Amino acid sequence: MKPEIITLTINGRTHHVALAPNVTLLTALRDLGYTDVKCGCEKGDCGACAVLLNGEAVNSCLVLAWQADGADILTAAGLGTVEQPHPLQVAFADTGAVQCGYCTPGLIISAKALLDRNPHPTEQDIRHAIEGNLCRCTGYGHIIEAIQIAADKMSEDKMSAGGVS
Amino acid sequence: MTVQVKPLPTVQLPELRQVGKPLRRVDAMGKAVGATVYAGDFSMPHMLHAKVFRSMQASARIKRLDVSRARSLAGVVCVLTAADVPNAKLVTDIPGQTGQKQRTGSEVSVLAVDRVRFYGEPIALIAAETLDIAERAMHLIEIEYEPLPGIYDPIEAMQPGAPIVHAPDNIVARWKIHKGDVDAGLAEADVIVENTFRVPYQEHAYLEPEAGVAWVDERGVLNIRVSTQVIEHFRSIARAVGIPQNKIRIQGTMVGGGFGGKEDITVEIYLALLAQHTHRPVKLAYTREESIVAHSKRHPYIITHRTGVKKNGRITAAKIEVISDSGAYPYLSPYVLLYTAVMAPGPYRVDNLHVDAVTVATNNPFTSAFRGFGGPQACFAYEQQMDAIAEKLGMDPLELRKINYIHTGDRTSTGQAIESAAWLEETATRALAALGDKTTEGELAEKLPTSRVRVRHLKVGQGFASYFQSYGRLMWLHDTSQAWVGVELDGTVTVRAGVPDLGAGQANSLCQIVAEVLGVPLARVSIYCTDSAITPLSGTSTATRQLYMSGNAALLAATNVRKALLDRASKHFEEEAENLDMADGRVFVKSDPSQSIELADLAKVCAAEGTHLANLAMFKAPFADPIDPETGQGDVFPDFTFGAYAVEVAVDTETGEVTVLKAAACHDVGRAINRAAVEGQIAGGGMQGLGYALMENLIVKDGVIQTPSLSEYLIPTSMDFPTTTVIALESGTGVGPFGAKGIGEPSLTPAAPAVASAVADAIGVRIHELPLTLERVLAAIDHTKQ
Repeated sequence: MKPEIITLTINGRTHHVALAPNVTLLTALRDLGYTDVKCGCEKGDCGACAVLLNGEAVNSCLVLAWQADGADILTAAGLGTVEQPHPLQVAFADTGAVQCGYCTPGLIISAKALLDRNPHPTEQDIRHAIEGNLCRCTGYGHIIEAIQIAADKMSEDKMSAGGVS
Repeated sequence: MTVQVKPLPTVQLPELRQVGKPLRRVDAMGKAVGATVYAGDFSMPHMLHAKVFRSMQASARIKRLDVSRARSLAGVVCVLTAADVPNAKLVTDIPGQTGQKQRTGSEVSVLAVDRVRFYGEPIALIAAETLDIAERAMHLIEIEYEPLPGIYDPIEAMQPGAPIVHAPDNIVARWKIHKGDVDAGLAEADVIVENTFRVPYQEHAYLEPEAGVAWVDERGVLNIRVSTQVIEHFRSIARAVGIPQNKIRIQGTMVGGGFGGKEDITVEIYLALLAQHTHRPVKLAYTREESIVAHSKRHPYIITHRTGVKKNGRITAAKIEVISDSGAYPYLSPYVLLYTAVMAPGPYRVDNLHVDAVTVATNNPFTSAFRGFGGPQACFAYEQQMDAIAEKLGMDPLELRKINYIHTGDRTSTGQAIESAAWLEETATRALAALGDKTTEGELAEKLPTSRVRVRHLKVGQGFASYFQSYGRLMWLHDTSQAWVGVELDGTVTVRAGVPDLGAGQANSLCQIVAEVLGVPLARVSIYCTDSAITPLSGTSTATRQLYMSGNAALLAATNVRKALLDRASKHFEEEAENLDMADGRVFVKSDPSQSIELADLAKVCAAEGTHLANLAMFKAPFADPIDPETGQGDVFPDFTFGAYAVEVAVDTETGEVTVLKAAACHDVGRAINRAAVEGQIAGGGMQGLGYALMENLIVKDGVIQTPSLSEYLIPTSMDFPTTTVIALESGTGVGPFGAKGIGEPSLTPAAPAVASAVADAIGVRIHELPLTLERVLAAIDHTKQ
């Protein structure tokens, strides 16, 4: 089949790209320069390529780009920058949750998806939420700690913003 | 288990401002926001995409190889076979540095000539306009094999008449350690205990598969931007592609995990050949499956211990036989074997000792470096043996070890005196104490997601393992490392060092050391690293050597810069330099800190006067002659790390499933440079050890890996093991900066034997082979019922 033009909104930027039907969302994202989405196995075993697709965490290697036509996609780089990092990124950097860093963007996406639906997760909730993200360096302890710290920080920020009592 | 924790001697470590703090690592935020450009993330204009065509046979003659159809496919730019690159040969057993002698037979052709010796051996290289075209061209390569008899078992490979992998025979290397009088020692023993232990392959399974981009620039320099532990490979690549060493530049990237698997040359040689032949940028990134087939593995070993012991627990003699499977090419097998041989008796005083170690060529996947480098295999065997001896004597395993532990001043198997603290009982008792009491049946029901009925089939056990492990390279390799430190005119600090950062914080450690010495906040230090052409060579990120070697080099360079600054400040303040100090970006008088000058202002004064505020330092490890080839006696390593790991498991006697309930690691790290980083090494290394013990099962059949993906070769997830309790002690006695020892590799070593020991405690029978699969555990339980 021939390439067709699809629309992907990635980290707030809209792209119209011509893609063949067999191109995965992972390849499409990386070819567009979103190289923070990592390629670790291309078969859904490792979670390094996780992104939020309309708010749901998915392994982008298991989604065809055509399936994401019209969707909103958020990658780890869309959450924050070195100058203005997201609380999850601050917590990961500060607690030693980042070693080689290759699994980090995918883990931050899984953590974001968790905190979006469950702002006060238990350790077990966190372990479940990141079970599809392999990390070979840390032993997960510092990652779990970072997600807990970020959750607390985000709740605090929300409270001090006056939204919730 | 109540355990008497051994008190620590009083250690007076100097008060430090930056070193030891769990500061945010300099590389951390870039990685957390996805801004770090890893090797596979980089692209260039007009870049080609490469694939490697590999052998589908483990042992065969190549009868016919025809790449003409692949070459004529539209979009294919280059196809190379051995015929096109007759001089492309690599020495596999020299990881890039000076001071090493090549072993005979260790040179291999980059692309197979006439014969393949393992499944996955490279045969041809393809470069094409797109990855898709390169993949299609792979299917157009025509090859006919004539199968040759293969050999897949190291013991069979030593028998007369076995197929020979490389002439003249399959013995790749042998090491002998002979000390004292073993026969007399065994004769003196009250009890002799003999056991054979087997350990399997282990796959590195770093999250980042090997990748890189190469190009020839406007000056004819071959540039290779690659994920590697060793940028010094530029020398062997220069030789293989036939260019001078100063016309090649390796730009190492942040490595997405190495663990020894990116210590040998990986994609960079293929990239070099293709860039040279096409004069276009070329990218090569392995798939996960190719990564698993293409790089080395941890060596499987068969280790037999025959130990003589007195009734009081004192070891009188040990005879240890070590056999490892080197696979189809030598790579680092001889060195890995040496490490195993030296560590074989464990951290115990054995005055009468024979170690006979041999590594054997087979047509299996080749084996080389993996975190621990022969140490974990040795540790599994010696710690299981110690437990077996304790059982035989009816003695507590800790008591037996206490009687035999080596101490500072004692000598290792090779006669080398231990000079630093040897905190064996200190670490073992703390790891055990951290476990606390055994979990009761009642607590199990709450702890585990299982029904009461299942709980009745669970048996709980605790175990621990002690270890010692070297850090730093073999002393006769005459290791060196360089680092450059300079102060800029705005008071910031620049570090330049060739150090590859594998994610363990190698680059950050240097920055934190320099920040300490020059009294600036860590954020003011910037490091430029891992470039073989423009950063001073720091040597390999292997052998747990970077903190020791490059840390000392950075410490030296920064100390020299500090001296220059204080000399000038001494004139300014009219105070002796020793009365001055540096902190928070200022130089001040110790007795009156209000008398101070900004580092930036002092730097400007120095610059105006022509005072050099930069220093390139080289740290040289102590040098020793090679060990005696007959007795194995001599100094081998700069120093050793000591520690212990303890675990509690629940074994399901119906299914054989082992659940780790608690895990604790205690190591003497000498001095923590960054506490969060050190704890991360200990927890992460321990987890790899737990995987090695219980999950990781690389199945190889007739030389072919049957588990070439992460859904078949399982590594630990967040659901598999509890968080390790980490206890990092600081004796301050290491040979690294500020008394640091190395921890990268040692962290893994004792985990697997601790698990085996806990399982034995739970089910009452010892399993001598890893991994402790459900089948093995069930078989062992069945054995007890007979």
